[in-house]
Amino acid sequence: MADVLVIGAGPAGLAAARAARTQGALVTLLDAADDVGGQYWRHLPDNRSSERERVLHHGWAAFTELRRALDRDDHCRVLRSAQVWAIEETDAARRKEAPPAQQASEGELRRTTVHILVGPADGAARERLTLKPDAIVVATGAHDRTLPFPGWELPGVFTAGAAQALAKGERVAVGERVVVAGAGPFLLPVAASLVQTGSAVVGVYEASRSRTLASGWLPRPWLLARAGKKGVELAGYVVRQVRHRIPYRTGTAVVRAHGTDRVTAVTIASVDEQWRPVRGTERRVAADAVCVSHAFTPRLELALAAGCELDDAGFVAVDADQRTSVRDVYAAGEITGIGGVELALAEGTIAGHCAAGGSATDDVLRRPLRARSIYQEFAQRMHAAHSVRPGWTGWLTDDTVVCRCEEVNCGALRAAAAATESSSLRSLKLSTRAGLGICQGRICGRTVEKLLADAGPHGRLRDDARFDRRPIAFPLRLGELATDDQ
Amino acid sequence: MDVIVIGAGIVGAAVARSLARAGVGVTVVERNAAASGTSSSGEGNVLVSDKEPGPELVLARYSSRLWPMIARELAVELGPTFPSIEFDRKGGVVVATTDAGAEPLLEFAAKQNEVGVDARPVELDEALRLEPDLTRKATAAVHYPEDAQVQPAAATEALLASARAAGVKVIEGAEATGGIRSDGGRLTGIVTTAGELRADAVVVAAGPWSGEVTARLDAPLPVRPRRGMVLVTSRMPHRIFHKVYDGDYVGAVGSDDAALQTSTVVESTAAGTVLIGSSREHVGFDSRLRVAALREIAAKATALFPFLADIPVMRSYGGFRPFVPDHVPVIGPDHRLRGLWHATGHEGAGIGLSVATGELLRDLMLGHEPQIDPAPFSAARPSLAPHLEEVA
Ligand SMILES: Cc1cc2nc3c(=O)[nH]c(=O)nc-3n(C[C@H](O)[C@H](O)[C@H](O)COP(=O)(O)OP(=O)(O)OC[C@H]3O[C@@H](n4cnc5c(N)ncnc54)[C@H](O)[C@@H]3O)c2cc1C
Ligand SMILES: Cc1cc2nc3c(=O)[nH]c(=O)nc-3n(C[C@H](O)[C@H](O)[C@H](O)COP(=O)(O)OP(=O)(O)OC[C@H]3O[C@@H](n4cnc5c(N)ncnc54)[C@H](O)[C@@H]3O)c2cc1C
Repeated sequence: MADVLVIGAGPAGLAAARAARTQGALVTLLDAADDVGGQYWRHLPDNRSSERERVLHHGWAAFTELRRALDRDDHCRVLRSAQVWAIEETDAARRKEAPPAQQASEGELRRTTVHILVGPADGAARERLTLKPDAIVVATGAHDRTLPFPGWELPGVFTAGAAQALAKGERVAVGERVVVAGAGPFLLPVAASLVQTGSAVVGVYEASRSRTLASGWLPRPWLLARAGKKGVELAGYVVRQVRHRIPYRTGTAVVRAHGTDRVTAVTIASVDEQWRPVRGTERRVAADAVCVSHAFTPRLELALAAGCELDDAGFVAVDADQRTSVRDVYAAGEITGIGGVELALAEGTIAGHCAAGGSATDDVLRRPLRARSIYQEFAQRMHAAHSVRPGWTGWLTDDTVVCRCEEVNCGALRAAAAATESSSLRSLKLSTRAGLGICQGRICGRTVEKLLADAGPHGRLRDDARFDRRPIAFPLRLGELATDDQ
Repeated sequence: MDVIVIGAGIVGAAVARSLARAGVGVTVVERNAAASGTSSSGEGNVLVSDKEPGPELVLARYSSRLWPMIARELAVELGPTFPSIEFDRKGGVVVATTDAGAEPLLEFAAKQNEVGVDARPVELDEALRLEPDLTRKATAAVHYPEDAQVQPAAATEALLASARAAGVKVIEGAEATGGIRSDGGRLTGIVTTAGELRADAVVVAAGPWSGEVTARLDAPLPVRPRRGMVLVTSRMPHRIFHKVYDGDYVGAVGSDDAALQTSTVVESTAAGTVLIGSSREHVGFDSRLRVAALREIAAKATALFPFLADIPVMRSYGGFRPFVPDHVPVIGPDHRLRGLWHATGHEGAGIGLSVATGELLRDLMLGHEPQIDPAPFSAARPSLAPHLEEVA
């Protein structure tokens, strides 16, 4: 029996685990969080289970059933609070076309080795675990990215993901009068979850202009219809939105948050096609919370550590089987492209099936294959309509904080790049300390890269250093690292 | 006179600056970006403590005298908006933790004392006054007040900015791919991916890639990469005040065993993180994570400072040291190809040794009296001869 490890138990990982089991593999499914479900199915702890779970969570019944099935399955080990802190790649796994003779003779030693810590991250006694599975499905998802603006470090400013997690997981209303802003179709569901926890949503501000939205969404509207559930789901949000009379404005961005101890108001402004703020259109809106999300950053560190190549858009490159450039490593969900829960489920199913020895040409994959192509189309249109445009840097001021961990502001970044004339990210990181704090550039990395590239002499960075490379994917104590786990 | 320098790491930057300030026209050619190679992938220790009496120690002490002066010059010249090079003579403490390790450490220090290094053996209570959180199991300790540090990437950028101000031209994104020779066989320029360049002399300062670059110029040097990895903890209040090494650091530097070696240097940075270095491995240019190496560094660090066991590691990084088989940098003209010069092979000490390397190379090239004996650094030295034959 093949032995498959699935890293990440969001929609993609859950679907992969189920498909790999159906195909007869022994499965280990793990997630750093204290339960499975991922970004999409944020849950309440069991002892606080809510009647309204179904209202807040789309597909909740399907999720709980899948979770129960996997938990009860003797051939599926589900590890919660399990952090993969490192992946070691060995030579034979590197290329798909490694000669079979070599694969056989190298045996155990030549596999990708996965290093795991099991137990709450702040707990004293985490257990170390090392796995060398036959195949791995990486389904580590993405987190939402907020572009900085003056005042975004104030308490009361949340990423949309964090706000939704509070709303879905903790049932906490983030504020009484809430502004939702950024870009992308997920602003609407976020606003909807906020309304359901009792917040008044003052407005949803989408930076992309309606013309871009139209050209992104509308050239082939029949595809939207074919994307069945997704269309319905979005329509559902729109209905709810209208019912609660939330103003939805396109071509508008939050360009500043005001307040001393916490947010009391924001300034919104019109932005042009390139997201450049248009002077004279600023307007102040009172709010005690702001939820902002402009894009997604895939969690690439494990895939990169395993040696997987990326595609041109910066996601993990996969073939029809969801197989990466590394022989025994598959990838599914948001790390291969942003496309929502249905796409993550379809990709996960294909990845799990193939990781367990199946192939994308197998009959049982007909439905997920069809779903994948439909939702990929949807994802492409979404990207065309909402992707970040370069003009946003127009709302930055010199004192806008960029790296919150190390408190580095925009002016300091630009000054260092200008003074040194450097186009080496490795060097500028060390000189400015941007991205060197506890989040290791997860929040600011892409922004720092952009600002430094723009400020330098060549308009781009010339070295191969990137924030996405984090050989240590989760912090661990030196004492834990020093312990032998063999 | 016009000179091409290949490589904009700290050594290339220091060489360019020294030459330009003496009136030489210099063009630096860099494949990627300045300060993107080894010089921003390691630590910035400027040490005398780890060097036994011999040519490297002589070069290290020369550099150690230059650094405070150069740090002042750079600060004045570049002004407060330029990132600080963070020169700090904080001193080092070398600690043995085993009975077997105590005597070699004290003997090593005694030999250094004889040639004038300020090496002060200290009792445990004195060591604990210097480093209150040090292990109580220390069996010997030596204090080196001369040991210092710089922030290596900023130091590279600063030397290069100062070189630019002295007229140096820096071409980034241009890779040297071959040499151009005169009819007489002299090297008169190089071919790069951005075109041909002519000069009276070419200096190779390509760090661990110097083996490859010299081979392209048909005068190969046996420079190989020797990998190193460093751990970085999260921020915390300062509890480590010097550079603190375990005693076998000294042993690892001198050896060329391919297997994994680690020797631990623990120190706090200005930002409040603790840096723990580093491993030494001959694995080519393979940059993949090796948990076994990290584990060993972590184990040695927690042996030196038991409180570190509870401190989270948030990052690891590393690079490739420019290793030469007889462990002495190559600085000076090539004896096989006229017009070719070397400034490379500094292994784990190139940050510290860079500024003296620049001065020495300038003096040799301009026919000035060098401040130290250049013979041990010559590419024609006997200890390098068998290795030159191997790569020929
Ligand atoms: C604010 C917001 C609103 C959204 N709204 C919608 C919506 O309305 N409709 C829709 O279709 N989609 C929505 N999405 C997108 C949806 O959440 C994703 O498409 C889906 O969750 C992707 O699934 P995934 O399995 O790829 O990743 P995720 O759900 O992100 O799961 C990845 C899992 O991997 C785990 N992990 C990561 N690294 C490690 C590690 N080193 N060790 C162990 N575990 C690790 C994480 O803990 C996480 O649980 C929204 C997303 C956001 C951020
Ligand atoms: C983990 C680690 C810790 C270290 N700790 C210390 C320490 O504490 N103290 C210390 O003094 N030293 C230390 N070192 C060593 C030090 O970093 C090096 O000795 C020093 O950086 C070498 O500088 P360099 O300029 O020779 O090489 P590099 O900085 O590598 O510069 C060489 C440049 O040449 C360029 N190049 C290569 N090929 C070509 C080509 N064909 N054409 C054009 N350009 C080319 C490269 O892109 C590169 O930028 C450490 C090293 C490591 C890896």
